[in-house]
Order: sequence, then C-alpha cells, then structure tokens
Amino acid sequence: MFNPSKLALALAGVSLFAAGAAQAQVIKIDGSSTVYPITEAVAEEFQKAKKNAIKVTVGISGTGGGFKKFCRGETDFSNASRPITAKEMEDCKAAGVEYIEMPVAFDALTVVINPKNTFLKEGKVDELKKMWEPAAQGQITKWNQINPAYPDAPLKLFGAGADSGTFEYFTEAIVGKAKSSRGDYTASEDDNVLVQGVSRDVNAVGYFGYAYYAENAGKLKALPIVNPKTGKAVEPSAANVENGSYQPLSRPIFVYVKAKSLEKPEVKEFVEFYMKHGAKLTKEVKYVPLPAAAYTGNLEHVAKKKIGTVFGGKNEVGITIEDLMKREAKM
Amino acid sequence: MQAMDTQQTRALIARGKLKDTLFAALGIICLGIGLLVIFALVADMVIKGSERLNLDFFMNFASRRAAQAGILSAWVGSLLVMLVTAAAAVPLGVAAGLYLEEYARRNLITEIIEINITNLAAVPSIVYGLLALGIFVYTFGFGQSILSAGLTLALLILPIVIVATREAIRAIPAMIREGSMAVGATRWQTCRYHIVPYAMPGILTGVIIGMARAIGETAPIITIGALTFIAFLPPAPLTTMNDGATAGLFDWVMSPFTVMPIQIFNWTSRPDPAFEVNAAAAGFVLMAMVLTMNGVAIWLRYRLRKNIKW
Repeated sequence: MFNPSKLALALAGVSLFAAGAAQAQVIKIDGSSTVYPITEAVAEEFQKAKKNAIKVTVGISGTGGGFKKFCRGETDFSNASRPITAKEMEDCKAAGVEYIEMPVAFDALTVVINPKNTFLKEGKVDELKKMWEPAAQGQITKWNQINPAYPDAPLKLFGAGADSGTFEYFTEAIVGKAKSSRGDYTASEDDNVLVQGVSRDVNAVGYFGYAYYAENAGKLKALPIVNPKTGKAVEPSAANVENGSYQPLSRPIFVYVKAKSLEKPEVKEFVEFYMKHGAKLTKEVKYVPLPAAAYTGNLEHVAKKKIGTVFGGKNEVGITIEDLMKREAKM
Repeated sequence: MQAMDTQQTRALIARGKLKDTLFAALGIICLGIGLLVIFALVADMVIKGSERLNLDFFMNFASRRAAQAGILSAWVGSLLVMLVTAAAAVPLGVAAGLYLEEYARRNLITEIIEINITNLAAVPSIVYGLLALGIFVYTFGFGQSILSAGLTLALLILPIVIVATREAIRAIPAMIREGSMAVGATRWQTCRYHIVPYAMPGILTGVIIGMARAIGETAPIITIGALTFIAFLPPAPLTTMNDGATAGLFDWVMSPFTVMPIQIFNWTSRPDPAFEVNAAAAGFVLMAMVLTMNGVAIWLRYRLRKNIKW
C-alpha cells in the first residue's frame, strides 16, 4: 500500500543531506555596524550585477562579535571599525584562520552639540578629556567646571555603548586609554538615540560616526576639533579627513577576508567588486573613500596572499590616510 | 416612621446606583486609555508609513535606499520561523500538558515540575537565546538557520502552551472522563477521542497567544545570529536552485534568514531618517500579522466549539 507519510520521511532524509550543499554558495559577512552601510551597499550592488546568482548575507554583531565568529571560521568576511586586536589574532591563529586586512574607508568621529549652544566654539582634546575621563564620574557635572568661561549649566553627555568600536576609538583618542570612560552618561548602541538626545537638550554633547551627523545636520552642530599638532580647529568633513587635518578623531575602517575563502571564485569576485566600486559606494553612504591606490593595493595583497595586519594587534590613534597608505605599501 | 423607611431605602438604592454608574464610568475610562494608546500607536505608524505600504514594499528585499527597501525576506522569514515554532511547540506542549493532567501521579516530583514550568514562562527571552546559541547552533550544528530560530522560539512559548493545555483539560467535566472509561475505553482512547478534541479550543488560544509573543521577539533571534542584510529567500521545496540542484523538501529550514522585528530595529537605527518611514510601515505590517493570527485563532475556536456537544 502507498503510504504518503513514509514518502515524506524519505524526502526529508534526502533533503537534510542536500542542505549542506545548498549553503556553500552563500558569502557570509558579519561585524561592525559602522562598516555595515558600506558592505551592505556593495552586497546589494553585487547581487544585482550577478543577477542574484551569488548570495551574500550581512549581519551586525559589532566589531568584536564579528571577529569572534570570523576566528571560529564561520564567516568569510569581517567588518571592523578598528584593527584586529592581539587577542583576536591569537584566536584566529588557534583556529587556523588566516586573513587579509583591507582598509576600505575613513570615518570622522564627530562630536556634536545642540545648534542652540552658543558658548562652545571648538573642541579641545584636554577639555573633552575632562568631560569623559573616568575621574569625571559624579564630579564634573557642570559646564563651568570644564572651563570657567562656560555657563553654570548642567553637562549632559551622550555617547556610544561600551561594546562598540566607536567607544573604543573615542576613549583611546580622547582619554588616552581604550575603553576608559566615565559611566554616568547616556550610552546607546543605537546612534539615533544619541541624535535625539543631543538635538533636544541645549546643554548636551555627544559623539558618533560622521554619517549620523551628515544625515541629521539640520538638528545638530558638529564641533570643530582642535588638531593637537597644529593648534587649529578643524571641521569634520571629507576634505579634512583626506588632507589629514581632522585629528585625532579620523579613523580607518576595515574589512577582513578569510584567506581560505578566497579559493572560492565567488568570494574572489566579491572582493574585486568591492575594491572596484567601494570608493563610489562609500561616498554614497557618507563615509570618506580612500585614494584609488588603496583599493588596488588591497587587490594586490589579495593576489599575493599578504596575510596579517599592519597594526600588530594595537589600535592606533591619529593615523592619516597617507600614513595608512605607506604602511600598506610596505607590507 | 414608615415614610422615613421608604425614603431611606430609596436613598440607599440611589447611592448604590450612583456607585454602580461611577464604577462603570471608571471601567470605560480604563478601557478607553488602553484602546487609545493602541489606537494612537497604530494611527501613528499608519500615518508615518502609509506612503510605503504598497505591493512593492512586500515584494522588495532590503536596500540601502529607503524608498526601494522592502520586507520580503523579513516577512517570509518570520512566517517560516513561526511554522517551525508551531511544529515543535504544539506537539511537545500538548503532550506534556496531557501527561501532567491525565497520566502523572500527584507527588512531590510533579509538583516541582509544575512550579518550574510556570517559572520558565517568566525567564527573559535573551536567556533562551543564549541557551539556544550553545545547544542548537553549535552542539547540534544547526547553524544560524530558520531551524535554530524556530526551535528557540518553541522553547520560549512551550511553558505558555503547556499551561494553556492544562487549563483547557481541567475545564472538561470529570463525567466525560468517567463516562468514557465506564464504557471500557482505555486512558489513551479517552484522551484521543474526548479530552484532546474538547480541550482543542483552549489549547489553540494558548498556542496563538504564545505565537503572537514569539513573532515579536528580537533578542533571542539576534543572539543566535539572524542577519540584517539578506536579499534572497530560503529555497522553496522541489525548485531548482542557482547551482542547478533541486532543493529538498526541507532545505529551507537550514537557510539563513531575517525576521520582521530585526528589520524594524535595523531601520530605526540607521542614520538616514527616511528609513523611519519604512520602520513605521513594517511595524504596522507586523501588528497586522499578529492581528491576523489572533483572528484565525478566534475563528478556529468558534468552529471547534460548535462540534462539542455537551
């Protein structure tokens, strides 16, 4: 007698074996939310160009979360808003995951204030440090404690959550030590929360990636940051990031690719597509693209299998595009 | 004296009636506040999202351009995850509830189990996510798939299904059981032909309440690794895939995915404010999905109750 339930069971068994094969053609990307808009744009265009023959997925686990998956060998690419750390390098090594580092853009960390704030004209690193360092916790609560010239008004702080690469970079650049910050401020991984907070409070100051400022420029004022080397206050902008004057809050952002995945033709094609169209798409999502030589350099590294990082497991502050290019060329 | 008494009585009645009216008014106000809040929420989402609520929105994948972005992978993902959730939670939950009510002996162990089931219903969903990440994703090797997500949410709603099943079974009069046993039916036959069919309306209500909770869950799904950008659908059974192979009946359960709440969350956290419109529209769609599920539950309950002849 024909038994439909037995047939279904048999099919289920067959399909479970087929499942492994079906997953192989997916390019898996995960990591930083800061790099996400660029990679998403590339993935979208890539799939369109390939008429959806190759599948790409992009997740947001944060830079650290992305590297955890990457070093377990679960993903092909890892988006990162800072270079890989020594600890993560060890993890990757232990799992036998080799990678090629590809800087894809620059971001200008932007310090923002309310447009109605009239007393703050520029951001000095030492004043920002006074606001944000751990010793300020519970102590520095008024603007005039930072500078007697400022009014006797409450100081309201809005910043990135402790798991983000943005938080790590900002604390390293301003306070001098990564992840060292006061804890009594409004922290959110969702930058729109910070945008709302600063746009509604005259006494507020906050920081996040340039893209969020650019999209909300009507509601916020970006603070020109005093370059510690030249002593000049510099506005965050694409031009000032390119010429290296917006310091110390310019930072490179990266995509790491697993060397083993490059053996797959679709992954190689994706890297080539990324480097070819990366500059244009980066601009479109409001980041600062690198010079064309950086993208061709990345391709060269891929072709020659130059494995590893040029940062040696440390996060460095104050790197300009020029510095980065020199280092990548030497590799 | 007599006149006074009548007057007093009337006053007493009037006072009672006044209190009655006052309480009714209070009740209406309370109900009104609740409804108003929901109405305001829905209206806000519809007004904000109305320009995006068209067929394209349902048929497009996510995009970096707000006006072209759609929820295709999200609603399909949500639906498929719910399918797996129901397929896992209903048989397990109903069987467990049935055992506890009809088979288990009352003793310390069943007491402890019962207390723990009720407790499980209060465990924060993120804890289920962490548990599932360890068990389903890594130990069982299901990966970041629809199967993992469905099973995670099944665990999440299992206590709700079990409790609902037990309540529904308890509401069946003892005489039904006794009558069935009296004509020689075994315990299994009693369950099969009487207890489960009669408890079905109540069980269904519990299942739908659980599913409505599960469809809005974000935290455990993020923990096990749902994606944010995914511009393809899981392979439909028996169709030809890109590489020329034919998809098996159940290939889709192993596919990567995203769900509605994650899509909404992603859109609200993007720099471009135009995505807020998309988020509002998607929020409205999600509410409509929950409402539809509840509607189906009410209809099914009504249909099933009609067949109960006692």
